[in-house]
Amino acid sequence: MTAHQKMDKPDTRNRLDDMRQGLVGKPMDRPDGPLKVSGQATYAHEWDIPDMVYGVLVRATISKGRVTDVESDRILADEAVHAVITDDRLLRRPAQGGANEAPPQGSKQVDYFGQPIALVVADTFEQARHAANILPISYETEGNAAFDPEAADTETDTPEDDQLDQGDLDQAMRDAAFTVDQVYHTPGHNSAAMEPHCAIASWEGDKLTLRGSYQMLNFNINELADALHISPDNIRMLSPYVGGGFGSKLGLSPEAVAAAIAAKDIGRPVCVALSRQQVFEATMRRSETRQHVRLACGEDGILTGLGHECLVSNLPGEEFYEPVTQATHFLYGGENRKLGIEVARLNRTCGGSVRAPGEAVGMQVLENAMDELAEAAGIDPVELRKRNIPEQHPEKDIPYSSRRFTEALDEGAKLFGWDKRNRKPGATREGDWLIGHGMAGAARINVLSEAKAKVTLLADGSAVVETDMTDIGTGTYAILTQIACDMLGLPADKVETRLGDTDFPAGPGSGGSWGASSSGSAVFLACEEIRKQLADKLGSKEADLTLADGKAGTGDKARPFAEILDGKEISAIGHIEPGKTMEDWQQATYGSYFAEVAVNAVTGETRVKRMLGVFGAGRILNEKTATSQCYGGMIWGIGSALTEELAFDNRDGHIVNHDLAEYHIPVNLDVPQIEVVLLKERDEFASPIQAKGIGELGICGAAAAVTNAIYNATAIRVRDYPATLDKLLVGLPDE
Amino acid sequence: METTELVINGKTHELRADSRVTLLDALRNHLELTGTKKGCDHGQCGACTVIVEGRRINSCLTLACMHDGDEITTIEGIGQPDNLSALQSAFVAHDGFQCGYCTPGQICSATAMIEEAKAGWPSFVSDDLEGPEELSNEEISERMSGNLCRCAAYPNIVNAIRQAAGEQS
Repeated sequence: MTAHQKMDKPDTRNRLDDMRQGLVGKPMDRPDGPLKVSGQATYAHEWDIPDMVYGVLVRATISKGRVTDVESDRILADEAVHAVITDDRLLRRPAQGGANEAPPQGSKQVDYFGQPIALVVADTFEQARHAANILPISYETEGNAAFDPEAADTETDTPEDDQLDQGDLDQAMRDAAFTVDQVYHTPGHNSAAMEPHCAIASWEGDKLTLRGSYQMLNFNINELADALHISPDNIRMLSPYVGGGFGSKLGLSPEAVAAAIAAKDIGRPVCVALSRQQVFEATMRRSETRQHVRLACGEDGILTGLGHECLVSNLPGEEFYEPVTQATHFLYGGENRKLGIEVARLNRTCGGSVRAPGEAVGMQVLENAMDELAEAAGIDPVELRKRNIPEQHPEKDIPYSSRRFTEALDEGAKLFGWDKRNRKPGATREGDWLIGHGMAGAARINVLSEAKAKVTLLADGSAVVETDMTDIGTGTYAILTQIACDMLGLPADKVETRLGDTDFPAGPGSGGSWGASSSGSAVFLACEEIRKQLADKLGSKEADLTLADGKAGTGDKARPFAEILDGKEISAIGHIEPGKTMEDWQQATYGSYFAEVAVNAVTGETRVKRMLGVFGAGRILNEKTATSQCYGGMIWGIGSALTEELAFDNRDGHIVNHDLAEYHIPVNLDVPQIEVVLLKERDEFASPIQAKGIGELGICGAAAAVTNAIYNATAIRVRDYPATLDKLLVGLPDE
Repeated sequence: METTELVINGKTHELRADSRVTLLDALRNHLELTGTKKGCDHGQCGACTVIVEGRRINSCLTLACMHDGDEITTIEGIGQPDNLSALQSAFVAHDGFQCGYCTPGQICSATAMIEEAKAGWPSFVSDDLEGPEELSNEEISERMSGNLCRCAAYPNIVNAIRQAAGEQS
């Protein structure tokens, strides 16, 4: 039995608020916790597969051209080496998130430095690695590669449906009482999930089992099938535990196809893991951006004009581009608007989704510009933002769904003690440290994605939830368990959630912050159907059911499920689809960040001393895991503000800092005891469980709070991220 | 091929492997002890932290054959799902992890780190060379900065360790 709902109208029932079990929203420990803290959770590389051998990918050391010769014989002489795979089906690039088809294939053509061009398979990892290192490759290079997004001869194109020219921004700038007209740069980023990408492929006849580390199995299985030219019916993918993704595992990556081809060729299971360096080079990067922001306002601070014109980059032929202006379209008013994206075509590692594509860097810059406008207009930055929250969408004739931006700004200002700060830049000093305070707004679009999940109420009165949805650290195991518990009236230990197996109904995948609300809605719908069937058995109405602690009814009349079920289980599939509420209402999540920094007056080193985030993201499904997601986003913001930067060599486009020693993500001491406050909210337009996404909201503007605080501390505006010491030293006081 | 005797979590294993095999790959690929994780293979992330002869080390930066006779503690020896150590339980209660991949390394590292602090080892943020009186948040953060967490569970990791260290002292 399938229970289906298309989100064409708001769901105002708020049913989860009425459930007696009362687990949803609570800070329940993750059910997967004990396995993870004891090293017993099985990640991609960790399956015990008999007879398995190891594959190591070989990378291109040119940026554009062709592979003319792979001297496989030179290493195949070693009897430990089983194969050198240069099959035309190898992935030349990773698939974009949601591609649902194979990305560009074929290992002869080289588009970027570090592109996988062959797979070497040997008995052991050490043998394969050595053989891959010494495998002679010959190339024919093409001399017209492009590496610099801003070079005059770099080809660019403009995605037509992402250009807006409304009113007359130039005139608005001329007429304004106050303006900001600045160019900002953000560098490329890498997801740097702790678990490197890995796949183990094993065949039984025509049936392929691929155990890997992927975020969206619902799409990945079709990408794999398309790449291998086989039917998805012959594939089973397993990703029960994923060691972080952050976008880098949305689409299928090269190791999966390489492992599958090799395993078929040699008739043995093959394990292929990327090295950390290969993760940087051969998966996804976030594009660097150049952002030209223009703001115009009257004496009252009300925006009359808003410009956000951006240059990003990607490989030729890639449709994805960093959607920098995504939140700029709806966050603030201003009738004269010019928003646009230009894409430079470069021979650099593929550009794709990295946590909160668009807002992560777009909000970071917009919120810097708003800080500059606040100063120019002499208006408090919190107040300036509040004055510019529009009633109606500034570009489309649609209303907003639930929006708690004002509350987030007010609550944040109050909790942080914003009114106590010294508004004068560069004027607070404690010993060698310059102290500053800054704030920024947060915004991220909200998306509901099609999802299915199966729930079974077993004859013994316990329940099982099954979907191919993944838990990449986001808390899926916890929140799906909690939703099923509340809807079915079961304690947490009576519900088992099984994820990451394509034999289960297709979920939405973990990406774009839609995982929890989408897969949660599917579980909710399946449970509603089970409740109906239970009600039938009891001869009552579903709405009148009172379920808790494994029993139906209350007091002495409560009957255990096992008794009601009488040896028969009930199962249902829940199926949620996005509908009109996504087009007819602007759906998003909102928040605010407040930061205190200390900048060393001698060295230019910045330390984040305090940081607060206040967020409204619809119904919070688990306070503990939601808070952790926000910590993660905000700490990514600290990295983005202060240290993270992909450095490219503009002679050949290779990534210079392709490991965790040189690409600096925040470490423990870089981070204070961050405070996160989650506002109570129900967004009836978002999903039947009134929840929205929260996995990315924490980063969407966080870096700006840090750099705005640096400005307040030092009177230095860093418009070229990250705010490293060298960029501050020149402007620091002399003494 | 090298033959090496490793005493892991109290049990003696005889490893016959290529001399190039790191202690990390010996655990993961040869001894079915996959709790120890590979994040970078270059000593940059700490996911592979194990305790060798009482000291925490990056197992990717040392060859298995260099540890003949050594006593090694891995995450599997610290506690099991139904028998977690106090620190492991604190990680669950404080949500000191998200994806869980760096977590065994964090826990091995913290287990040894608590002992280092007890023994009076100073750190970069200690006021003097006699070491810290107590494990403050800053002391914990500094001493755990060799263990990267991209999910960035750092505030919760600090809280979990502070609780477990407090219970021990």
